[in-house]
Amino acid sequence: MKRLKNFTLIAVIALVGFVACQPAVQENETNDNEKKERVTMKDLKGPHALGDLPYSHDALEPYIDKQTMEIHHGKHHQAYVNNLNNAIEGTDLADKNLEEIFKNMSQHPTAVRNNGGGHWNHTLFWEIMGPNGEGKPSGDLLQAIENRFTSFESFKEEFEKAALTRFGSGWAWLIVDDNGELQVTSTPNQDNPLMDVADMEGMPILGIDVWEHAYYLKYQNKRPEYVANFWNVINWDAVANNYEKVRK
Amino acid sequence: MTHQLPELPYGKEALEPHISAKTLEFHYGKHHKTYVDKLNGLIPGTEFEDATLEEIVTKAEGGIFNNGAQVWNHTFFWESLSPNGGGKPEGELLEAIEKKFGSFEKFKEAFAKAATTLFGSGWAWLVLNQEGELDIVKESNAGNPLRSGKKPLLTCDVWEHAYYLDYQNRRPDYVDSFWKLVDWKKVATRMQP
Repeated sequence: MKRLKNFTLIAVIALVGFVACQPAVQENETNDNEKKERVTMKDLKGPHALGDLPYSHDALEPYIDKQTMEIHHGKHHQAYVNNLNNAIEGTDLADKNLEEIFKNMSQHPTAVRNNGGGHWNHTLFWEIMGPNGEGKPSGDLLQAIENRFTSFESFKEEFEKAALTRFGSGWAWLIVDDNGELQVTSTPNQDNPLMDVADMEGMPILGIDVWEHAYYLKYQNKRPEYVANFWNVINWDAVANNYEKVRK
Repeated sequence: MTHQLPELPYGKEALEPHISAKTLEFHYGKHHKTYVDKLNGLIPGTEFEDATLEEIVTKAEGGIFNNGAQVWNHTFFWESLSPNGGGKPEGELLEAIEKKFGSFEKFKEAFAKAATTLFGSGWAWLVLNQEGELDIVKESNAGNPLRSGKKPLLTCDVWEHAYYLDYQNRRPDYVDSFWKLVDWKKVATRMQP
């Protein structure tokens, strides 16, 4: 997905800028610079960084509460980023983008799968939500949904079923498969359909986190209520944007 | 046969401050009960209609296994805890732990590591393996060591619903508190053949 590649690029530029601006580097002789830069980059703990939420923590109230957003983004997502950076540090995965890594996920360490997936999945999740969900897609995306699932309502049913029947922790997805078809699927834990370990592969354009940490403070055992309310916080423009990017 | 939700062996506030009454209201009153209800809804007309819970745990697949094993696991978990728990084991159990892990502290470290590193939902277990030796195993989701011929002695539920209201993302803090509740006398009785 171009968006995440851009994100990685921005992160790298920011990192280079940050390193270049370190007084410790500037004040030292040239032959010490390389060593100092390495130390600085190690202190930053790797190439991946937690992005800002595209809205405030309380923006999704009353459907997703402020406290949940603070902990989910600031603690859970941050932990995936930190653990991912630790897992790839000093390996040849350190300068690869996540989507490249996912293609051969089965050949890489579990910590990269769990935390790389955790970082990528949550980044998508924040982006496809928003405070002014209009409740329904439009244009090409709506057309494609109606073609594939008969109606938007039938799509919602199938997506909710995937979200409710995922036993334990995981995600439900709307993806574009390799044939350009929309599909609903789900994955356990922090796997996603970009990984070669997934039952159904494709590019996610919409996803719902059904780990209990996504909803427990507000909904407790009532996952169905959380899933029903999810429709009120979807930013369909962002989903349509994802769909267009896959089709290009 | 119809499976029943067993009574909680103590009051819902009995494990405070380590596990709150609110957590037990949901964990026992909603989650555990829902597993029982779903199991009872799934088994009619199947080969497991008249099976014992142990038979379901060891032989079933899919939804019947998931719900049946979660019924078994939760009952076993409640019975592993006590408001008068904590401290350390004695006698044969302590000796076996020291023999296998070096010391009780090292056992706790190893068990806590299993509980905190299990990724996603699941359970950490102290078991007797097929050779009759103590062992620590991690099981995802509804997993249960009976399926691989091991004998469960102690378990810690690390589904987020077990601790999220009290500890949120801080699973290690929950596991720390777990030690203050373990009923070691109960665990010792499970060692017996």
